[in-house]
Amino acid sequence: MNPEVIFSSAFWNWWIIALTLANILGCWWLISWSAKKVPGEAAVGEVTGHRWDGDLQEYNNPLPRWWLWLFYITLVFSLGYLALYPGLGKLPGLLGWTPQKQYQEEIAAAEAAYQPLFARYAQVPLEALSKDPQAVKIGQRLFVNYCAGCHGSDARGNPGFPDLSDHDWLYGGDPRTIETSILDGRNAAMPAWQEVVGDAGVDQLTAYVRRLAGLEANANLAADGEALFATYCAGCHGSDAGGNQTLGAPNLHDRVWLYGGSAASVRESIAGGRNGHMPAHREFLGTEKVHLLAAFIYSLSRQ
Amino acid sequence: MDAQATYNYKVVRQFTIMTVVWGIVGMLVGVVIAAEMVWPQLGMDLPWLQFGRLRPLHTNAVIFAFGGSALFATSYYVVQRTCQTRLFSDRLAAFTFWGWTSVIVLAAITLPLGITTSKEYAELEWPIDILITFVWVAYAVVFFGTIVKRRVAHIYVANWFYGAFILTVAVLHLVNSAALPVSLTKSYSVYPGAIDAMVQWWYGHNAVGFFLTAGFLGMMYYFVPKQAGRPIYSYRLSVVHFWALISTYMWAGPHHLHYTALPAWAQSLGMVFSLILLAPSWGGMINGIMTLSGAWHKLRTDPILKFLIVSLSFYGMSTFEGPMMSIKTVNALSHYTDWTIGHVHSGALGWVAMVSIGAVYFLVPKLFGREQMYSVRLIDWHFWMSTIGVVLYIVAMWIAGVMQGLMWRAVNDDGTLTYSFVESLQAMYPFYFVRLLGGALFFVGMLVMAYNVFKTVSGVQPQDAPVAQTA
Repeated sequence: MNPEVIFSSAFWNWWIIALTLANILGCWWLISWSAKKVPGEAAVGEVTGHRWDGDLQEYNNPLPRWWLWLFYITLVFSLGYLALYPGLGKLPGLLGWTPQKQYQEEIAAAEAAYQPLFARYAQVPLEALSKDPQAVKIGQRLFVNYCAGCHGSDARGNPGFPDLSDHDWLYGGDPRTIETSILDGRNAAMPAWQEVVGDAGVDQLTAYVRRLAGLEANANLAADGEALFATYCAGCHGSDAGGNQTLGAPNLHDRVWLYGGSAASVRESIAGGRNGHMPAHREFLGTEKVHLLAAFIYSLSRQ
Repeated sequence: MDAQATYNYKVVRQFTIMTVVWGIVGMLVGVVIAAEMVWPQLGMDLPWLQFGRLRPLHTNAVIFAFGGSALFATSYYVVQRTCQTRLFSDRLAAFTFWGWTSVIVLAAITLPLGITTSKEYAELEWPIDILITFVWVAYAVVFFGTIVKRRVAHIYVANWFYGAFILTVAVLHLVNSAALPVSLTKSYSVYPGAIDAMVQWWYGHNAVGFFLTAGFLGMMYYFVPKQAGRPIYSYRLSVVHFWALISTYMWAGPHHLHYTALPAWAQSLGMVFSLILLAPSWGGMINGIMTLSGAWHKLRTDPILKFLIVSLSFYGMSTFEGPMMSIKTVNALSHYTDWTIGHVHSGALGWVAMVSIGAVYFLVPKLFGREQMYSVRLIDWHFWMSTIGVVLYIVAMWIAGVMQGLMWRAVNDDGTLTYSFVESLQAMYPFYFVRLLGGALFFVGMLVMAYNVFKTVSGVQPQDAPVAQTA
């Protein structure tokens, strides 16, 4: 941050400088003054003459020399540090160091060191890259640091976060689509149906959807649900409930459940809707790293 | 002056007993959350048993309930004895006891319920903050009122430190707790963003500096020379380190915010003043330990003195470690790791708890009219359990912390991180287990103390001691 904008007026700049120096130089004065002998004070080994609570007394031994030196050294170091680095108000410090500069230098050094490697991989098409063990290994390391928090370190997902190691894909599992999902993110929007179809309607749809996946559910309810499904759900999930990868609407015939397949979970999904959010990584990781990540993800479903 | 005048020991007795009680409660919660770090399923999916809820309960209970009660007890005892006069007001003193105890009980209810400001060491919500303010003002009136009516010319050094602690904590609490309430149980800090962080750590580090350091140095300055039967080593040193300590501590807070959005100049000031703090901090350690010169042999037979002297050693060690960790390049490794937890506990267990335990063992027989504690042997047992417990704890956390710091920064040839966070967590298991052992040992020592205190005080009709006549 530009130091100019930190201080709203010149007064605060001088205020900080004055307080800082007063404290450091005040310590200096304090120890140099009290290290001197005062005429008439108690000599070494004699008590000061004050007495409290019966037997509490004080010697007046001199300040240990090593301790005084330690104190002076820290004071000298501090003054030197504040001359070299920002610290005294908005004075920038003689070295011209800023955290921003240090950060940019470190980033530039890392870019120089690693960029050629990533640039080389960026030229390789994803299918080929997913068969290169070294590239997949790098992708996996990126995955455990940037993706595992939601998708799990084994990429097998968590409730609300899809399993990336199976063959079921919400938006499509071809290499380009995987890469797009990572680069630009995905925002799923399953609307809430409670208000539209009511309690009974939610129960019927729940039963129908569970029957689609071959799970236990009341047949009568499910039969009623079929009509509701055709009206409200087929638009996204398809009239055959096979899903729609353009919209990220899942196939409801299989037993892959993003939010759980129990009657309660399915009911909750229908009644309250779901809003899955996969963040975009284009700005954060850059296209070259995402390319390697996509290769790793793609390799998982090829195994 | 009434020849029958006595010291007010009642409030000292109350706070002394509660020091032991809150010590056990606070450390038990500490042991529970240490166990949760090893076996997370111990939270049993109950919200109020989760680490995030119990951790602030632990810190509040040990700092403000255990440490606070120890400070109230000893400051009330010391200020009366060294001013040679009864407390300024018995009723206000009683109010501070019941008020402070209510604050602690309210904390024990609200924190597990998840009612929190989320400001570290200042989690309590605004109604409790207001109660704290009233108690603290009453405390200041009682303490400084007693100083004013003292019957000796000089103010004893212990009282300088207690006085600085009381004044500064009042300022810290008022400034940092400023908030806009939106309901009885929720408020929002009045400070925005990085300013809030800066105010929070100005408070946070001075809570360490004034609550946990200056206050306990006050304790040290009375109980060490008393128990050793020796004069304080150097009056001159006490003057110098007092003024240097209280002026430099004020600046040290930003070292909690290295490499953050805090402006660079503030980070630099936090670092250099933390380094300057080394000598003033050590001034107290030197004055305490050198007070024993000529009486070293007493350490062989007197476990109370052992508690006091070992506490000073831990004080010296953690006040060396602190400035080193505030150096930005060291901090880049240590920050956010368990090294910080180890550092805090070498101060909190090694220094604060051990000096308090020594003071309590000194006080209990005197307050309850006994020659000495029920069992000196048990004090010795307690001493060794505490010492071994602290050492296990901090060594485990040193290794864990440095290991985390190194694992988090390790990179492969391709620039990717060598370890995922989970791998670094997995590597912590053995150290978290040793930490649990160390903490449990320290906790069991507190139970030994409770038994010893109970046997000492049961069946006694305590009397207040007469005020000493001044020459």
